[in-house]
Amino acid sequence: MNCKKVIHELTSYLDGVLDSTMRIDLEQHLSGCTDCRLVVDTCRKTIQIFCNSEPVPLPEEVRRRLHTALLERFRRKAKTI
Amino acid sequence: MVPCQMYAAGLFAQPSGAPWIVSASEPKPLASTIVRDDEAALVSAAKGGDTTAFEELVNRYERKIFRLGMNITQNREDAEDVMQDAFLKSYQNLDRFQGDSRFYTWLVRIAVNEALMKLRKRRPNQVSLDEPLTDADGEDSVFREIEDWGPSPEKKFAQTELNEILNSVISELDPIFRVAFLLRDVEGLSTEDTAQILGISVAAVKSRLLRARLKLRQKLNKYFRRSETQ
Repeated sequence: MNCKKVIHELTSYLDGVLDSTMRIDLEQHLSGCTDCRLVVDTCRKTIQIFCNSEPVPLPEEVRRRLHTALLERFRRKAKTI
Repeated sequence: MVPCQMYAAGLFAQPSGAPWIVSASEPKPLASTIVRDDEAALVSAAKGGDTTAFEELVNRYERKIFRLGMNITQNREDAEDVMQDAFLKSYQNLDRFQGDSRFYTWLVRIAVNEALMKLRKRRPNQVSLDEPLTDADGEDSVFREIEDWGPSPEKKFAQTELNEILNSVISELDPIFRVAFLLRDVEGLSTEDTAQILGISVAAVKSRLLRARLKLRQKLNKYFRRSETQ
């Protein structure tokens, strides 16, 4: 396997859906290629950092406006039935 | 299984003992775990006119839909509109929901469409859902900046600063790549669900995801490279 193929298969490898033969080939390449190792490692960390990032809080007033709009919609629908 | 889940389960493909593997910090609760077994029952009750059942669905997903709106539009007012429109439209069209996907997936599809419409209105000539013709920052440039980030590069930043960095780099992504990354890697949807929501093939999702991940990696490099941390 060459470097270009590693990049091509990167998403499947990181997601753990690469078939075992291909995975073994890829990992064999990684063991001897510092550049590809660093790309795989930093790509994995990129996903990990976003996964672990703080969720955007939902402000209470925004939530209140949503529920007020919903109640209004419920009432309107009830009137038409 | 999607990346966030794999971190939690320790299943991310990594040869044991390899020195370049980081130990993951404690992951947060996973996106997919919010879908409980009774979602279908709630939808069915809501279809029958039970408004409290629909409110329960809203309570369950409002934070996620708001976050998704924020991440796509990068604007709080737009995110609020996206969230409100998504819930009101899903309520309005509940009878049309056939149950051939999860309610949450259907809701996300509505929210993504609303968010993309906001983006198009704001930047009518800049937001396209077509594939870019050139790949100046894609696979071909991946080996331009290759540096070690060290074991936990994010820890050199305070949480607020880190959030600003992440918001900044993701906002610079082309919307078609940003949305694929957000749905798949941040919201934790499957590749198949992401393809269904975006109306594209699984292969196209994988292609967009690869380019999004490579691009984000490249953008984060200037903050996280080891030389910057010493």
